[in-house]
Amino acid sequence: MALSGMRGLSVFISDIRNCPNKEQERLRVDKELGNIRTRFKNEKGLSPYEKKKYVWKMLYIYMLGYDVDFGHMEAVSLISAPKYPEKQVGYIVTSCLLNENHDFLRLAINTVRNDIIGRNETFQCLALTMVGNIGGREFAESLAPDVQKLIISSSCRPLVRKKAALCLLRLYRKNPDVVNVDGWADRMAQLLDERDLGVLTSSMSLLVALVSNNHEAYWSCLPKCDVPQEYTYYGIPSPWLQVKTMRALQYFPTVEDPNTRRSLFEVLQRILMGTDVVKNVNKNNASHAVLFEALALVMHLDAEKEMMSQCIALLGKFIAVREPNIRYLGLENMTRMLMVTDVHDIIKRHQAQIITSLKDPDISIRRRALDLLYGMCDVSNAKDIVEELLQYLSTADFAMREELSLKAAILAEKFAPDLSWYVDVILQLIDKAGDFVSDDIWFRVVQFVTNNEDLQPYAAAKAREYLDKPAIHETMVKVSAYLLGEYSHLLARRPGCSPKEIFSIIHEKLPTVSMSTVAILLSTYAKILMHTQPADPELQNQIWAIFNKYESCIEVEIQQRAVEYFALSRKGAALMDILAEMPKFPERQSSLIKKAEDVEVDTAEQSAIKLRAQQQQTSTALVVADQSSANGTSPVNQLGLVKVPSMSSSVIYSSKWDFDQSRSSTSTSSPSPSPDLLGDLLGPLAIEGPPVAGESEQNVVSGLEGVAAVDAAAIVPVTVQTNAVEPIGNIAERFHALCLKDSGVLYEDPYVQIGIKAEWRGHHGRLVLFLGNKNTSPLFSVQALILPPSHLKMELSLVPETIPPRAQVQCPLEVMNLRPSRDVAVLDFSYKFNTNMVNVKLRLPAVLNKFLQPITVSAEEFFPQWRSLSGPPLKLQEVVRGVRPMPLLEMANLFNSCHLIVCPGLDPNPNNLVASTTFYSESTRAMLCLTRIETDPADRTQLRMTVASGDPTLTFELKEFIKEQLVSIPIAPRPPAPVPPTPSVAQPVPPAAPSNDPGAMLAGLL
Amino acid sequence: MIHFVLLISRQGKVRLTKWYSPYTQKERSKVIRELSGVILTRGPKLCNFVEWRGYKVVYKRYASLYFCMCVDQEDNELEILEIIHHYVEILDRYFGSVCELDLIFNFHKAYYILDEILIAGELQESSKKTVARLIAAQDSLVETAKEQASSISNIIAQATK
Repeated sequence: MALSGMRGLSVFISDIRNCPNKEQERLRVDKELGNIRTRFKNEKGLSPYEKKKYVWKMLYIYMLGYDVDFGHMEAVSLISAPKYPEKQVGYIVTSCLLNENHDFLRLAINTVRNDIIGRNETFQCLALTMVGNIGGREFAESLAPDVQKLIISSSCRPLVRKKAALCLLRLYRKNPDVVNVDGWADRMAQLLDERDLGVLTSSMSLLVALVSNNHEAYWSCLPKCDVPQEYTYYGIPSPWLQVKTMRALQYFPTVEDPNTRRSLFEVLQRILMGTDVVKNVNKNNASHAVLFEALALVMHLDAEKEMMSQCIALLGKFIAVREPNIRYLGLENMTRMLMVTDVHDIIKRHQAQIITSLKDPDISIRRRALDLLYGMCDVSNAKDIVEELLQYLSTADFAMREELSLKAAILAEKFAPDLSWYVDVILQLIDKAGDFVSDDIWFRVVQFVTNNEDLQPYAAAKAREYLDKPAIHETMVKVSAYLLGEYSHLLARRPGCSPKEIFSIIHEKLPTVSMSTVAILLSTYAKILMHTQPADPELQNQIWAIFNKYESCIEVEIQQRAVEYFALSRKGAALMDILAEMPKFPERQSSLIKKAEDVEVDTAEQSAIKLRAQQQQTSTALVVADQSSANGTSPVNQLGLVKVPSMSSSVIYSSKWDFDQSRSSTSTSSPSPSPDLLGDLLGPLAIEGPPVAGESEQNVVSGLEGVAAVDAAAIVPVTVQTNAVEPIGNIAERFHALCLKDSGVLYEDPYVQIGIKAEWRGHHGRLVLFLGNKNTSPLFSVQALILPPSHLKMELSLVPETIPPRAQVQCPLEVMNLRPSRDVAVLDFSYKFNTNMVNVKLRLPAVLNKFLQPITVSAEEFFPQWRSLSGPPLKLQEVVRGVRPMPLLEMANLFNSCHLIVCPGLDPNPNNLVASTTFYSESTRAMLCLTRIETDPADRTQLRMTVASGDPTLTFELKEFIKEQLVSIPIAPRPPAPVPPTPSVAQPVPPAAPSNDPGAMLAGLL
Repeated sequence: MIHFVLLISRQGKVRLTKWYSPYTQKERSKVIRELSGVILTRGPKLCNFVEWRGYKVVYKRYASLYFCMCVDQEDNELEILEIIHHYVEILDRYFGSVCELDLIFNFHKAYYILDEILIAGELQESSKKTVARLIAAQDSLVETAKEQASSISNIIAQATK
């Protein structure tokens, strides 16, 4: 048996292994922990060897899953031991037990630094490894220069330098400021000439991280990214290095130079076509790792169609092979391929094979197949795909059903060739997987049926059919009861569809359903009653009896309905007016699609959704609905009050009828928040659509989400509420200043100061709130709530309830930008000082321009883009008047400070400005935005502005944003040249310098 | 980037954990629990990738041990799979046809070796020979120190006799 070389440790491990059960094991572990604890307490008597042994035991226990909450100090202290064996153990155990946020690590910074700058190379290695694995920001700030020196030092051996390179990579990830772009780019280029493959591999990883953030500065590294031919692994030249090299290339914009392009494509072609499937698994894996990376690069480079079809043919082969990994990756990469235009039809050829993959024994593969099917679906193949999904639904495992049904519902809606098919699909969906069909899905059906008269009899008949089934899902009861209530009179002549029969078949279900469904059933009964003209006394009595019964229901909602319907139904003909058919719904975007985006979905899926959304601006189903509502005039529209769909029935009732006074007052005062039928139906959908009728909005928005949105909207303009405590400084000014820079004070009053520090990277942001107590007594009941607008996903870490005197707490806040919008997040901050309760609402500077990253474009890049984005909604133009007069230079500075980089020389007219930037959000990804401002030298208060981007919302929001910047005067005396001090975004090359001559710049690019 | 490395036995016992992204102790045990549930139940002949919480876990089974590495969605899965194999080969060479017991009793060695292969969740050295050489150098350093210590203690022991 192999032994650890430490007898005590081996004995302990054997003991643990010999424990017959978990209890015994715990006893043994507890005993050992007790032992270690006492030994550590009288540390004096501990020899280095013993200390080492105990620390290892601790790690072992920790690995077994037990809490080890002491002894960290001992592990850290071993780091400063003079001898190698102890030091080694100290470093390794520390980096396993602790993570970067641990306080103890700070104690070690000095020792670690001494080891790094010291002469002992083995110590250097240990220190670099630990910092590389768990170093945090503090390490980054204090060690980066030393580490950089080591990488390029000529006296260090490769083993130190490769570690230093990865260590720097870690530090760079923790704080990008530590790598100074200007000087480092050249060094990086030199590094790529390295002969030692270990150093080269590590450097390449570093380069990938650097260029992923800012490729501009590293152009000089580009030519060196060619694949070297040494270091073989299973006969393949260093596959990892090849993969990394190609990954690095993907962060550079498409190569334009025809020669480079050709030679690059030759290499890629060789990889793509020359990779054979071989017997040896590892060789296969390695070569395919290279192949798939090459594929990714081909996609990035926007290759010619011919090459694309070759790629897809290759992938088509892959998805049919036996080896599951290749199958998986084939499907995954096909989904990525969907992003490339023009390949849709070629991918469709493989549809049958993809559908087969949906039945693969491996859930990972099934997921990929589902994703791909979802992405590739369009009008031509929707019927096949959706039917395939439905069929699969009955056998699919539970883990996938929800996703599956949501996707099927979305596809059915988007690509429905006709609406009756859509209704069929959804009803089948509910029938087969009712548990996984959310309310949104059936709300949507109701909406379509209501808006399309032709569909109504069909839908009602279908609903009737489903009710005949012996056991049906509750959701099916809901939807069919609703549909039959509204439209069963259209079926009256068919057999089995008399009001009485309809009533009895629905009523059969009543005992089995929940309260929310009972509410719907009561409405249905009332409607049936209304449609039965002349009244059928027997049916009337039956239904009245039910209403009577529920008048004393414990559920207020149901009680109210029962009472009201009962009273209403005695009004005779007048009933017609109130209980008439529902009016048409206003056009809305499907809430399902939004839901699909909200659900935690993986990137491939996201991209597919995005792609779909771009290609198909409006779903076909919606278009159909549109036409019919334009052509046919619905009879219900004549009804006065009922026309406002946002009002709940009870409100309508009480306002129109002089009913029992007390009842009427209850119903008006409580406009039945959520379980109301109409509110139910409208609530989740209304959030999507434009406000129907201004005043009644509050009624419509019944879900929590809606309330939050309304609140936020109401709060934003009011920055501060009346407080006993006066803020120091102007809050609005502070906010505007923070919109342009990334750190500063957000709020201050005599007791508290809130500072903010932010880092932005792509569509992610990380803000740290510094809550500082300025006093000598603690602040209590501290609360910080974030009210994010719908386009930001924000997560605030825990805020302590008490801030000790003169202390500062840091609360990180993660931000993710989902889509372009100018809405502002609000921080609701409150605390108690003595007896004063202070509450402030502060806007957070997570504004649109934070998600912009400067990009300079050349004339050759600019003009084709500018022309291809022609006209609204992608390109919008507006004449802006009342502009704050400023010299052109100042305006250029203003643009630059908002990360819209002015590109001089592109516009021949010196009075015009052209600026470009990249906008990041989850829905748009990185998207290029271009702007042109034409000013009038005679009248500086007006200008013409043109904004273009690939996304209509983005164009609009950006235009409005720029307008706000130009028109309003946020801060009276603006500093003359507010250069954006954004540390996270590496500084762009000063815009004036390189782009004076587009030709020269172009040369530089290539 | 590799976020963490896990070695789990078929019985769900953890043999090695290495975290390159910050996780608290609580999160760590949760991750382990969840992933062993997902991975150990997967049948043979399925693919080596599992999608998990927006990440991908690349795993491979060697005898009774599962080697798992968690990476980002867009990372190259096969590359990671071969990093796993690379690690296993180096372990194999070091221990001489490695078995689970070797890794249990010499778990610290497994950590040393891993540190020579990965730093910051990225591959550091792709040559097996180089890694083997460096580990051997480390071992001999420890050996020398031990000999020195014992000789000094001998001297002291003799002097105090």
